[in-house]
Amino acid sequence: MRSATRLIFMGTMVMAASTAAAAPPSIITQGKGAAIACASCHGVDGAGNAQAGFPVLAQLPPAHFAKQIADFKAGTRTHPIMTPIAMAMSAEDIESSARHYASQARPKSEATTVDPAVIARGKNLAINGAWDRHVPPCFKCHAVDGLGVAPAFPPIAGQHAAYTVSQLQAWKTGARTNDPQKLMKTVAENLTDDDIHSVAGYLATLGTREKGNE
Amino acid sequence: MNKPIGYVLCALALGGIVGGCGKPPPPPETTEAAPAATAPVAVAVDPARFTPPAESEIPKNEFGEAVLLGKNIFVNTQQYAKGFVGNGMNCANCHLDNGRKADSAPLWAAYVLYPAYRQKTGQIDTIQSRIQGCFLYSMNGKPPALDSKEMTALVTYHYWLAKGAPTGVKLPGQGYLKVPKPAQKPEIARGRNVYENNCAICHGANGEGIKARGEYAFPPLWGKDSFNWGAGMHRVDTAAGFIQANMPYGLGGTLSDQEAWDVALFMNSHERPQDPRFSGSVAQTRDKHHDENCLYGRTPEELAASLEKQAEAGTAAEKTKPAPEQLEGYSPAISH
Ligand code: HEC
Ligand code: HEC
Ligand code: HEC
Ligand code: HEC
Repeated sequence: MRSATRLIFMGTMVMAASTAAAAPPSIITQGKGAAIACASCHGVDGAGNAQAGFPVLAQLPPAHFAKQIADFKAGTRTHPIMTPIAMAMSAEDIESSARHYASQARPKSEATTVDPAVIARGKNLAINGAWDRHVPPCFKCHAVDGLGVAPAFPPIAGQHAAYTVSQLQAWKTGARTNDPQKLMKTVAENLTDDDIHSVAGYLATLGTREKGNE
Repeated sequence: MNKPIGYVLCALALGGIVGGCGKPPPPPETTEAAPAATAPVAVAVDPARFTPPAESEIPKNEFGEAVLLGKNIFVNTQQYAKGFVGNGMNCANCHLDNGRKADSAPLWAAYVLYPAYRQKTGQIDTIQSRIQGCFLYSMNGKPPALDSKEMTALVTYHYWLAKGAPTGVKLPGQGYLKVPKPAQKPEIARGRNVYENNCAICHGANGEGIKARGEYAFPPLWGKDSFNWGAGMHRVDTAAGFIQANMPYGLGGTLSDQEAWDVALFMNSHERPQDPRFSGSVAQTRDKHHDENCLYGRTPEELAASLEKQAEAGTAAEKTKPAPEQLEGYSPAISH
């Protein structure tokens, strides 16, 4: 990982930006012990990394963000990289990083060259679902624009396809179990691999809202 | 590979339903992808049910334009028929999957049952006057005129969804489920508990719904932006039927009969907009229009007592008279 060079670069950017907006908290830019600087993977702007599967964090509702860190700590959600990072975060780190990322713009994912027919199929699933197979529309729970319904329903529009695929698979296989009332697991269980790839491809093409989460 | 299976199901479906199979069988995923062992939803979709045409089949002509406008009004009433709506609801909030879902009072099953005599209005209702009722009660609004652009588009959408369905036949999936009376008398306190554990995440701690960027993402269940006291959903039995088949959203069929009744009673024990038929006093309006399973002008104890009385009277009457829904030309939908 070229995180060191990237961090230096980030650091310069942060200094340039900090004259205009409030500086991001140091947990994001510097990290703290085992909590590696969030920016090295998620960016200061929360745009993540499409190739590496590091998720977009921009505009996650702070309550949902804090819940995910708590779930990593509790083990109801596990990941070899994020679990140790979450374990090392204090309540204050969680609060300040959540607040910072919630206020960032959420552009579409940059790596989205997928077949238009696949995208059309994904779009149909997101908007209409497939009730004959017990799949409700994604956009009923994640809002008509896919940008989420705070506090419990995160934005999914603009997310990197690789990350969306990994989460849907994780619910389907039972590796991720932290969703309230099994709402998301129930959806994922009825999705085919084809559904998962097309809906993830479509979602990556969305997400253009400029300003922070309300 | 899958085709023969589709046709076999279709052939079975023909018992009673003529024309429902004129179209090709459902896409192969229907039979293949549903993981039989793990499917968490208890309400299995009966393959014998009528299937409305797919949205992609809307014709690309003037007729198709009216179908599409009707669909838009139905799904996003707030935007496409704003002037006729007095609350925060859209038609599709109670008729899921854009009016297609079985056990969610689907439009294809409704269309073929009108004109019909309805006890609520005491007259022959056409599909148009039925839709006007929805605006007056469920949408707490002002009905569009019979010859308005909105009414024409809505009727066209209903008609198109019913393509190939036989008229005058109560199709499986029509209306809402009738949930059997639970073992224990429905109770508000238990209902509150069901609500907090299963519903509040979407409908809010106070039934107020949740908005995202100015629009309701999850509709309100009571209060000023919800359906009024004249709407069918204010009846406890009707609400229990809707809820058990369709709620929590995405988890239809998971609540027990008892939970469905308890939470329906809890939901309908709250304030909501006045019945537009209100005249004189609540007691007078109740006596005139609310001889039914509801909490309009009654305490839960009074409701329980009145239901017991009705049940006794009902068993005597049932022996001599067929249930309204068995009578030709009677709408099985009791109220709206
Ligand atoms: C070395 C890379 C890396 C670093 C550094 C990192 N993360 Fe992550 N983060 C990930 C990956 C990978 C995931 C996806 C985990 C999964 O697949 O479950 C993730 C997921 C998350 C999620 C869940 C997102 C969602 O939408 O559910 C949050 C919140 C998060 N990270 C916050 C942080 C914070 C705060 C920091 C800094 C303290 C941080 N991360 C540092 C790689 C990293
Ligand atoms: C019944 C409601 C519901 C429906 C329908 C639904 N979701 Fe979700 N989804 C949720 C909830 C609740 C969460 C948050 C889980 C948590 O707290 O960890 C979630 C989380 C997610 C996440 C994880 C986001 C993140 O940042 O980690 C993804 C990806 C997702 N949903 C995709 C989808 C897709 C794709 C569909 C349609 C096929 C869909 N959802 C339909 C309720 C729903
Ligand atoms: C608050 C929930 C709700 C809303 C909103 C709503 N409806 Fe209904 N609808 C019902 C209920 C309840 C019934 C009656 C079902 C019964 O008694 O079996 C019904 C019945 C119907 C029927 C007759 C169904 C049948 O099988 O006889 C039609 C048609 C209909 N609604 C159309 C609409 C239209 C059009 C709108 C929007 C203008 C609308 N509804 C809005 C709850 C609602
Ligand atoms: C995951 C989110 C979610 C949960 C949990 C949920 N609902 Fe809903 N509910 C919805 C959505 C979305 C609609 C509108 C459906 C549509 O427009 O397609 C709805 C519609 C309704 C309606 C008809 C519309 C109205 O506002 O009156 C009722 C009644 C209702 N829900 C009751 C309940 C009850 C009772 C529970 C708990 C047992 C529950 N819901 C749990 C999301 C949810």
